Amino acid sequence: MISRFRLLPEAASTIAGSVDQLYWFIAAISAGFSFAVAGMILFFVIRYRRRETGREHPESDGVLSLEILWSGIPFLISMVMFVWGAVVFLEMRTPPADSMQIFAVGKRWMWKVQHLEGRREINELHIPVGRPVKITMTSEDVIHSFFVPAFRVKQDAVPGRYSEFWFEATKTGEYHLFCSEFCGTQHARMIGKVVVMEPADYQAWLGSTERGGSRLSMAEAGEEAFAELGCASCHGEGDGSRGPSLRGLAGSQIRMPDGTMRVADATYLRQSILQPLAVVRDGWDPVMPSFQGQLTEDRVLELIAYINSLESGDAAAGVSPVAEAIEENEETPWM
Amino acid sequence: MPDLMPPEVEEENYLNAEYGVRSWLLTRDHKRIGLLYLFTLTGMFVLGGLAALGIRLELLTPVGDLMGDDSYNKMFTAHGIIMIFFFLVPSIPAVMGNFLLPLMIGAKDLAFPRLNLASWYIYLLGAALALGAMLTGGVDTGWTFYTPYSTEGSNTNVTMTAMGIFVSGFSSILTGINFLVTIHRMRAPGLTWFRLPLFVWSQYATSIIFILGTPVIAITILLVAAERSLDIGIFDPALGGDPILFQHLFWFYSHPAVYIMILPSMGVVSEIICCFSRNRIFGYKFVAISSLAIALLGFLVWGHHMFVSGQSTNAGLIFSFLSFAVAIPSAVKVFNWTATLYRGSITLKAPMIYALGFIGLFTIGGLTGLFLAALAVDVHLTDTYFIVAHFHYIMVGGALMAYLGALHFWWPKITGRLYSEALAKVSAILVFLGFNLTFFPQFILGYLGMPRRYHVYPDEFQVLNVFSTAGASILGVGYLIPLCYLAYSMRYGPRASANPWGAAGLEWQTPSPPPTENFHTTPVVTDEAYDYRHLDAELAAAEESKA
Repeated sequence: MISRFRLLPEAASTIAGSVDQLYWFIAAISAGFSFAVAGMILFFVIRYRRRETGREHPESDGVLSLEILWSGIPFLISMVMFVWGAVVFLEMRTPPADSMQIFAVGKRWMWKVQHLEGRREINELHIPVGRPVKITMTSEDVIHSFFVPAFRVKQDAVPGRYSEFWFEATKTGEYHLFCSEFCGTQHARMIGKVVVMEPADYQAWLGSTERGGSRLSMAEAGEEAFAELGCASCHGEGDGSRGPSLRGLAGSQIRMPDGTMRVADATYLRQSILQPLAVVRDGWDPVMPSFQGQLTEDRVLELIAYINSLESGDAAAGVSPVAEAIEENEETPWM
Repeated sequence: MPDLMPPEVEEENYLNAEYGVRSWLLTRDHKRIGLLYLFTLTGMFVLGGLAALGIRLELLTPVGDLMGDDSYNKMFTAHGIIMIFFFLVPSIPAVMGNFLLPLMIGAKDLAFPRLNLASWYIYLLGAALALGAMLTGGVDTGWTFYTPYSTEGSNTNVTMTAMGIFVSGFSSILTGINFLVTIHRMRAPGLTWFRLPLFVWSQYATSIIFILGTPVIAITILLVAAERSLDIGIFDPALGGDPILFQHLFWFYSHPAVYIMILPSMGVVSEIICCFSRNRIFGYKFVAISSLAIALLGFLVWGHHMFVSGQSTNAGLIFSFLSFAVAIPSAVKVFNWTATLYRGSITLKAPMIYALGFIGLFTIGGLTGLFLAALAVDVHLTDTYFIVAHFHYIMVGGALMAYLGALHFWWPKITGRLYSEALAKVSAILVFLGFNLTFFPQFILGYLGMPRRYHVYPDEFQVLNVFSTAGASILGVGYLIPLCYLAYSMRYGPRASANPWGAAGLEWQTPSPPPTENFHTTPVVTDEAYDYRHLDAELAAAEESKA
């Protein structure tokens, strides 16, 4: 798919066509205006070039109706562009309910991808064709941006928060994956590829153990970490002397000491692990140690996947709180 | 246009009134301070231009063969910081505004002459800090200083560079205050608000942005420096800060800053178009008011830089809508300039070629802004070369074309000398063609998906990059020629009359170069702005009486 020279980008996702249509609409309007203005200027410069005799002057210094006309028409046209752009944007921002969940973490200078089933990859993203894929993403250091030109999608990976986007590939093949937010020395080399496969090939790829060893699903890996870190000594089943049980916690409403309620979403869980004293639940003593600096972002994601799985007993279904986390962010529109 | 006044022969003027380095460094004459800015800004432009040359040469090939990763990152950062903070933002206000504003309103000087000189020294101090930071190791954050890279990720001279920008910001603020007070208090008798030249209106709008916007960037950049040195958690999430907060604060200034660069250009172009088509501007009040509208709306659109940052969907919708709204007053200006040509009497002198070139490039720059205001399309295009092309069309194609046009238009007034018209036309056309060859291919590169700030890129982007670099070399030659003939004309150019273009406006009613006190007698204004009908009748009568 990579040739030496091209003028149009490849379109390989369901949204690409909608973006391109709007792109060409704006391009046509722009070209029309540019040629009209340039044509008028050239015409006037030639038609009204200076002659030694007979200086002409228009009688009027301005025409109100013209001013209104040429403010009004561009305004109407731009409103068409605004609404059109907004409609497609809302589609980009609304993952279908049956989206497949994948996690990604940006780090100088690589993309680390985790599939729920446990497979991990670096600077590559394997996905099946014809299935919506929702990516939940954060960064381990500075801001990165996940950009697949052929899909017309781009989303910043911001440290300290989860961002989410989705796409559905329509053609198998390999496509560029760029980091498009400047992130330091090797920014230009933070390049990967998205490999779009037939669903059967994808399943085979997921199941293959080419990196050796038995692979755990994300929730299982999280459970292992939970045990290693000694979390169970306080958050153990039925014990509950020092910390609350985590079963059924994910996605539930919890009460804060000041009486307000909040949802135990992924952002809350992340904060509880890294800065526990900032979000202690009502009725519990602030005694939990912070795990800041001890856990990588993918480890935190695994722990969240595990806690999510405690709710329903099913690892794959436990991802909805992440989506809620993002909706939660929506409520503070300026941040 | 025949010269109506004999050339001045060594009449006392602001240039020869006093001699010696001291008389320049301690001057309180706004015209001399304008020239001080002209020389320092030219120096900065050359430095920023050399960095641009390095960038374009590196991009000739898809592998990073000319310089290493860090060198390239420092190179584009130096280019951006020098060109934006130390050339484009002060360019027309500090050079042309300083020189022209009092002349245009019939005043003897600016309201605060000492403050004006202080502004130049503050600018110099800021520039020295920033250049010092670049010479002692450089800085690699890009001119946008995005956190947490700038606060935590980069181990370059961020703090010192930030201090340079912080300091130079005061120069902008003080200039803005000086201009506002001068325009309010020192207009000649009869010079009502709606008789003001549009250049003065544009400086008025720009000054508002200087005063309201600059403190925000100053504080923001100070917070970055504080976070780096004191580890306080404002922007760095590892310390409990919010990296997106930085972007809000940064663009709250930096988007209006784009209008700092373009509004004065619009003022210049209005002056030039009227003069060389011998017409009053079409819809004077609309053009004047649209400057203020742009300045105010410009403060409401910053969020369109952050559509993919994780900012909420609702914020995206609002900022997209407002961004489309700010396009309208800009479009109004383009239509009004074009309509001004209608039934004019047009001559294509060099400043006019620059002004018409400005309209063309600004139109393309503005229209490509529509792609970026449209949410869904912006998602694909942001942080690609489409952005690079778009803002270069506005800032270089627009602001720099107008700056060169202004320099040529008022050169006889500033120096009392004329330059070679033929060379000036050649260079204006070279700049226009070279510019388009450099930056138009970058729109296509961006749509193809080439991210900005990449010096290593996939092969398929190379052909367009070669076009771009070829264009940059033509552009470079186009800039070099005026540097030579303008420098030559300063000493050897033929003497200019008071009003070589037969232009309307008070600045043309005093000798070239003007005397230190600007006007021998305070002018009284009885005409509307750009009353070329009246002026041409006078000129024709004078011609007849001569014959």
